[in-house]
Amino acid sequence: MSRCAPVSPSVTAPVLDDESAAWLRALRGERRETAVEGLRERLLGVARSEVNRRAGRLPFGGPELDDIAEQAASDALVAVLGKLDGFRGESRFTTWASKFAILEVSSKIGRHFWQIGGVRLEPDAWDQLPARFGFDPDRTVEWRQLVGALRRAVEEVLSERQRRIFEAIVLSEVPLDVLVVELDSNRNAIYKALFDARRKLRAELVANGYMDPEPPARR
Amino acid sequence: MSEPNGLERFLTTDPVDPGCAKALEMLDAYVDMLLAGGAPEEKFPDIAAHLRDCGPCAEDFEGLLEAVRRNREGAG
Repeated sequence: MSRCAPVSPSVTAPVLDDESAAWLRALRGERRETAVEGLRERLLGVARSEVNRRAGRLPFGGPELDDIAEQAASDALVAVLGKLDGFRGESRFTTWASKFAILEVSSKIGRHFWQIGGVRLEPDAWDQLPARFGFDPDRTVEWRQLVGALRRAVEEVLSERQRRIFEAIVLSEVPLDVLVVELDSNRNAIYKALFDARRKLRAELVANGYMDPEPPARR
Repeated sequence: MSEPNGLERFLTTDPVDPGCAKALEMLDAYVDMLLAGGAPEEKFPDIAAHLRDCGPCAEDFEGLLEAVRRNREGAG
């Protein structure tokens, strides 16, 4: 007699910890409003701490950061409640929910950057490249050849979209999340385009003898 | 061939890098495992590779790690 295939999949759902289970019960139970308010407070605390953590590196502050934190917490709350059935228990519930607040802070900071400054492409950005990548000033001739080869490769092997993304992020140092807003895209798509651009540029520089075929050791 | 420079390191991609969507999907599990004393870089080498190369996702990772750690210390 042949054996039946197991009914349940081999990958079982993680067992929820007590605190996570309590959150889910509360958010689905009769005292839902109290639980939602508690969650909102928690997400607001996470969002405020996150904007404060990043504040020193931002060209704005004060009330603008407070607004970003408030909006991020509100949008994160909507996202968490909307995705509650998608929580798989691979982390604690509060870690999962906090992630939404962090991601909303990132997104809103990127949008605020874009609103106040947009995307400015630097006309002489290629000249800044050696310093940006820490090139040794004693090896100017070598780096000049390498940058020239890179510049040709950017023109010849990248698609128009890849070239635009590479130039914005690498040459003009536009933050990736700002470019997301500018191009009405998402972080994953921009990163993937840059990833493919990096791969193509390296292959071209290797093919022309400017880089070692063996990749450098990872950090 | 000379020593690898910053440009060469930047252009070198990791083939296991799954991109931002997958990394962010697993970020909470990665953080919890790290805070529990585990080795998420061994269980999720693809996510670890992405966090090494993607500045915005690494920033989110640092933020979530700090937020969760602070909340637990506050609760403890």
